[in-house]
Amino acid sequence: MIAVWLKIDEKRVAQALQEAEEKLDSVDGEMALDLSSVRRIDPNALRAMEEFADIADTKGVKVVLRGVDVGIYKVLKLVNLASRFSFVS
Amino acid sequence: MATHEVLPARVQFPIVTESLSEERIAYLERLVSQARAAAAVFTQFTQEDVDRIVKPMVLAGLDQAQRLARLAVEETKLGVMEDKVIKNMVATEFVYNYIKDKRTVGIIREFPERDLVEVAEPIGVIFSITPITNPTSTVLFKCIMAIKTRNAVIFSPHPNAWRCCSEAVKIMYETALKHGAPEGVFACLESHTLQDNAYLMRHKDVGLIDATGGPGAVKAAYSSGKPALGVGPGNTPVYLEKTADLTTAVTDIILSKTFDNGTICASEQTAVIDDEIYDLVLKKFAELGAHICNEEERALLARAVIDPKTGLMLPMAVGQRATDIARLAGLSVKPDTKLLIAPIQGVGRGYPLSAEKLFPVLAVYRAKSVDEALKVCVDVNHAGGLGHTAVIFSRNEEVIRKFSEVMNAGRILVNSPGSVGAVGGVYNDLAPTFSFGCGTGGGNSTTDNVNIYHYLNLKRVARRTQAHMWFRVPNQIYFNMNAVENVHQFPSQSTIIITNPALEKFGHVDIVRRYIPAGTHVHVSVIPDAEPEVKVVMQGVEALNFYRADQIIALGGGSVIDAAKIMKLKYESPQADLEELAAPFLDLRKRVIQYPTEKINRARLIAISTTSGTGSEVTPFAVLTDKERGRKVTLADYSLTPDVAIVDPQFVISMPKGLTADTGIDCLTHALESAVSSYASAYTDCNAMQAIRMAFKYLPIAYEHPRDEEARSMMHNAACIAALAFSNASVGVNHALAHAFGAHFHVAHGRANALMLPHVIAYNASVPMKFLPSPYQKGYIAHKKYATVADLLGLGGHTIDEKVKNLVAATEQLLDQLGFPRSIAELGISKEEFERAMPELTKFAFDDPSWRSNPRMPLMSELAELFWKAYQGRSPAKVADAVEQQTV
Repeated sequence: MIAVWLKIDEKRVAQALQEAEEKLDSVDGEMALDLSSVRRIDPNALRAMEEFADIADTKGVKVVLRGVDVGIYKVLKLVNLASRFSFVS
Repeated sequence: MATHEVLPARVQFPIVTESLSEERIAYLERLVSQARAAAAVFTQFTQEDVDRIVKPMVLAGLDQAQRLARLAVEETKLGVMEDKVIKNMVATEFVYNYIKDKRTVGIIREFPERDLVEVAEPIGVIFSITPITNPTSTVLFKCIMAIKTRNAVIFSPHPNAWRCCSEAVKIMYETALKHGAPEGVFACLESHTLQDNAYLMRHKDVGLIDATGGPGAVKAAYSSGKPALGVGPGNTPVYLEKTADLTTAVTDIILSKTFDNGTICASEQTAVIDDEIYDLVLKKFAELGAHICNEEERALLARAVIDPKTGLMLPMAVGQRATDIARLAGLSVKPDTKLLIAPIQGVGRGYPLSAEKLFPVLAVYRAKSVDEALKVCVDVNHAGGLGHTAVIFSRNEEVIRKFSEVMNAGRILVNSPGSVGAVGGVYNDLAPTFSFGCGTGGGNSTTDNVNIYHYLNLKRVARRTQAHMWFRVPNQIYFNMNAVENVHQFPSQSTIIITNPALEKFGHVDIVRRYIPAGTHVHVSVIPDAEPEVKVVMQGVEALNFYRADQIIALGGGSVIDAAKIMKLKYESPQADLEELAAPFLDLRKRVIQYPTEKINRARLIAISTTSGTGSEVTPFAVLTDKERGRKVTLADYSLTPDVAIVDPQFVISMPKGLTADTGIDCLTHALESAVSSYASAYTDCNAMQAIRMAFKYLPIAYEHPRDEEARSMMHNAACIAALAFSNASVGVNHALAHAFGAHFHVAHGRANALMLPHVIAYNASVPMKFLPSPYQKGYIAHKKYATVADLLGLGGHTIDEKVKNLVAATEQLLDQLGFPRSIAELGISKEEFERAMPELTKFAFDDPSWRSNPRMPLMSELAELFWKAYQGRSPAKVADAVEQQTV
């Protein structure tokens, strides 16, 4: 069951992920992040996603990414991050 | 001045044998990780994003060209500062000029006529080694290329050029970042070792190694197991042929050899000069500041700059001035000497100065002939310069062509300086580069001037194309009763009628003769009734030649008409090799062997069929029997199609029952096979379907009531109409089986077809084990086509399965009505004999081109199974049950 659902703004991806990290403790099971408005990510955001994945792993929270643009999906794939998330359209 | 101040010792790569420390590995991993992230992010950039970054980088490089050149000379102690400025400007401005309008993101090239596009995919992380000879220019060049193609680069500069290279990287990186490039896109290794290089070369996240360095680095790159670009050593020969513009040639060679003190590996090493102009050339060199060494001076020079153990140039001479080298060698030269010239008499270890010399020393050789000159150039090329560069000064196109053919060089420059010419974009239209690929001669993967396309993976998007199809038929077809009268409209001086004995006896030949225009010389050539052999065909050709025929009338069944077609071919084009023309092919339009178009004779071919029938009067096929090998050989080309076809039922009224049945089933088989062929089209379908309908209706009547004119006429037309269909859609596996079986066991073609037909319908209507590639059709539709046939015949059925079943049953019923044997066994062929023949039968059936348009690709095992089914035969009920189990 999805406990928390967050929409990520393209202009502040890294900050949004930091805020999401703070909510991880209160999540039971899954957290969904809506990236449908994100058209491009920069290295900062990429680093933030990796950190977020690390923390979610340690807390045993499954992270579901919603509405990920295929160009971004490719970026995640190239840096071996794609396998650490689940994806829904 | 002490030697070491003039020519400082080189820092050697430290040989470190212990493995990398954890700290070092962590550092290298960090670099790769950042580069990988940058390259990943870069994949999102558009062409506009990329071009917005490249231009400012180029401008920054131009702005810093002089400062970087000065840094390079100070650090490396090689070359000429002013020339390095030019190199830096070529590496920026000229490279930009080459790439600025080129697409490197998304669709980069389109080929609309081929329905093909090329799409760019970046490499990712590139590990780049840069040299000591062109340090900053190589860095500038590679940075610009990398950004243009959305790649990240980790640089490993030569240890003796680290400071200037890292400064160049820094300038490029800061500019790129400022204009939107992803962080981490460039990095420069600090004080690295061979172990660092080896680690990165093997790193799983490095996509490509671009090694512009010495042989050791290039070898390491190619040995790493990673895709690599490398360069090779040069030993550039320059041939001054006697027609050369000597003023230009000498100036260019001096310019080239002294450019950056000869450090560009494409610079000329040995000048091979025609005897006629040798002395004049040397005089011109001397006038422009070259010192011509005498024998003693040459020996001193060789000892000073070439390592006697290896035969290679000594590193301390690289990039030094001519006067410094002269001093080193103990030669006394004028202070403004810019080039040392050493005459040599050969190439190889016995002539040390024939080796590569990256400094202003040029060997010269006097050649007594063009042949000698070319051979010496080849010797120089092979003495350590394979694949690199060769130069010729000449105005003789023939000599230039010959030179180009014999030189193994990625760059063959005509009437231009070697070093600056090879760089590209200055004296010619080569892509500007600082990395010269030397191909396999130099142990590289390309002979190109490395450019942006080597930094891309090119993806080709190929759309399904709709191949042009065709519908080709004879010019004129005359049909119905007395259509033979139309022969009178064809004037001829000499007509040969090809026919068989029976038709002559029946008086059919006389009927034809009646309508040949008066004054025509007519000769009748009778061939045996059996299927045509080569011997028979050649006898016919003799007759055609003897009578100088301009018209051939083929009056007979398929055998006679096929024989006439081949006779015409050999008569018109005697050089035609029948064996060669029968070579197998998959696609008529792509076939290797082309039929002859040159004709020494010309004859009109009028085909009058006397069976209903092979349809040979309108087809582009001719079948020969190869008695020696027991098989049929098919010739297929539209040039074999008769010029005129006459379909006159009066010639078939007297066909005996057996022949009526055999040829009638041949007609039906043609129609059914062309209906489901993968080459079928709307043009052939209408003919095929009509012929099927006519055959089912009129063949039994023609069989039982041979004098029924309407039935005979309809069947005769049906045979021709079916032939129009299969001439363009071809046949299928039924014919392949029938050809093999018929030739081996001497069974008439129609009868052989009949034995296979119901089994083939069931086979084709069921889901294929193997689909045959068929660009003309979308999807597998044979079963639906058979169902359409069943509908056309009014056979009933609600589902496709039922309709196919009904069609098989109707076919079986027709075969029964026509008195056909229902199995091969009924022909008296024993099981053992059939089993013995099976391997050859399946082989010949598979070799037969007929099945290539079959809706199912027949496997050898399936061909065997079909043969066995035909051997055993089936009752109509059993066949219907089998179809029910198999059909889609």
